[in-house]
Amino acid sequence: MTQFEVYRIGPEIKVGAFDISFTNASLFMVISSLAILIIFNLGSKKNSILPNKIQLLAELSYSFVSKMISDTAGSKAKPYFSFIFSLFMFVLFCNMFGMIPYTFTVTSHIIVTFILAAFIFIGVTVIGFIKHGFGYLKLFVPGGVPIVLLPLIVVIEIISYLSRPISLSVRLFANMMAGHTMMKVFGGFVVSLGIVGGWLPLSFSVALTGLEILVAFLQAYVFAILTCIYLNDALNLHH
Amino acid sequence: MFKKIFLYSLIANFFFTKKTFAAESGGMPQLNPEFWISQIFWLVLTFGVLYIVLSKLILPKISANLELRKSQIQENIEAAEKQRESSEAKLKEFDGIILKSKIEAKNIFKDAREKVIKNINSKKEILDKQIDDEIKKAEIEIDTLRQSAPEKINKIAVVTSTEILKKLIGAEVNNSSISAIVDDLVKKNGDRYYGH
Repeated sequence: MTQFEVYRIGPEIKVGAFDISFTNASLFMVISSLAILIIFNLGSKKNSILPNKIQLLAELSYSFVSKMISDTAGSKAKPYFSFIFSLFMFVLFCNMFGMIPYTFTVTSHIIVTFILAAFIFIGVTVIGFIKHGFGYLKLFVPGGVPIVLLPLIVVIEIISYLSRPISLSVRLFANMMAGHTMMKVFGGFVVSLGIVGGWLPLSFSVALTGLEILVAFLQAYVFAILTCIYLNDALNLHH
Repeated sequence: MFKKIFLYSLIANFFFTKKTFAAESGGMPQLNPEFWISQIFWLVLTFGVLYIVLSKLILPKISANLELRKSQIQENIEAAEKQRESSEAKLKEFDGIILKSKIEAKNIFKDAREKVIKNINSKKEILDKQIDDEIKKAEIEIDTLRQSAPEKINKIAVVTSTEILKKLIGAEVNNSSISAIVDDLVKKNGDRYYGH
């Protein structure tokens, strides 16, 4: 599991009792963010009626995320567009950079995904209470349920609501970690089987790489779209 | 055979990997809290910077670009529509002009033809008149000639008869008696001789 190991790059930085040293994880966060900023800056620099490739890329991603948000959360979610766009791009680029051999996958660490998910959870809850006051608690009381079942349903609803950050973070973390582990295992097979039998796991490895690129995109998409759905619950309260 | 090798190696590998993994670390590095604070700190920092730069600088630009393109395309479509309409109007005008000029050309042709016909007619009339005059003149001449013809013929008849008689008989015959005979003959058979 060396590929998931975090190690310090440069000197140890300590603020009070906290160690905030620059690590390989930090390095790939910085690289991902910089890559996003560079690509989208290039893509928005020049405005021509017939866009060049990088401009087309930026504009297609813009309309892709914009459509995703308006489809799932409606027009009320427009102020949160920048956040969801940054979130989607950040997760996507972290996932994709992890696909390059000898790199580090930021999103394969539970703490990173959990902080993102917890932030989303807290943010959505705060937005819900600001928009609807205590009426937001009606989210836990679905309409059309018999009175007898209501206490049970409410409990289930509350548990499901509270488990949102966990499911959101574990989904991304587990997907990324499982994929990378699987590739490492098949890579190990190639080495141990050598030139005679190594071809089969090698072909598996190639296929898995394609699958993992798909998963990297898909998980970023799922992460963003679930955020939109949670936001939709907070903005348009109907259950 | 490949299957067998694969199977054996799978089993072998299972032990190997287990061994290596165990040797590398005592579990998942993700659950080692040594660098959690650092990761949180750098995540907040990088994602924060990313969010601020994207939302304040880059996304508004992309949105403006898209809007601009949309409006420009709309404008172009409208302009194209307008030009199409104007070209259609011009085409109609052009057709009208062509129709008008066709009619005009027809009129001009008709006028010219009428003029030519008139001209020809008048000239024809003049020519007819001239021809008629000439014919009349010729007829008069012929008439006078015809009128004078019997006399001349009579004279010739008289002279030739005298000559003939002279040669045949060898005697001089009185001119007056011959002319009397000719006159008498003409009176008798004039119609047969001259076709009257």
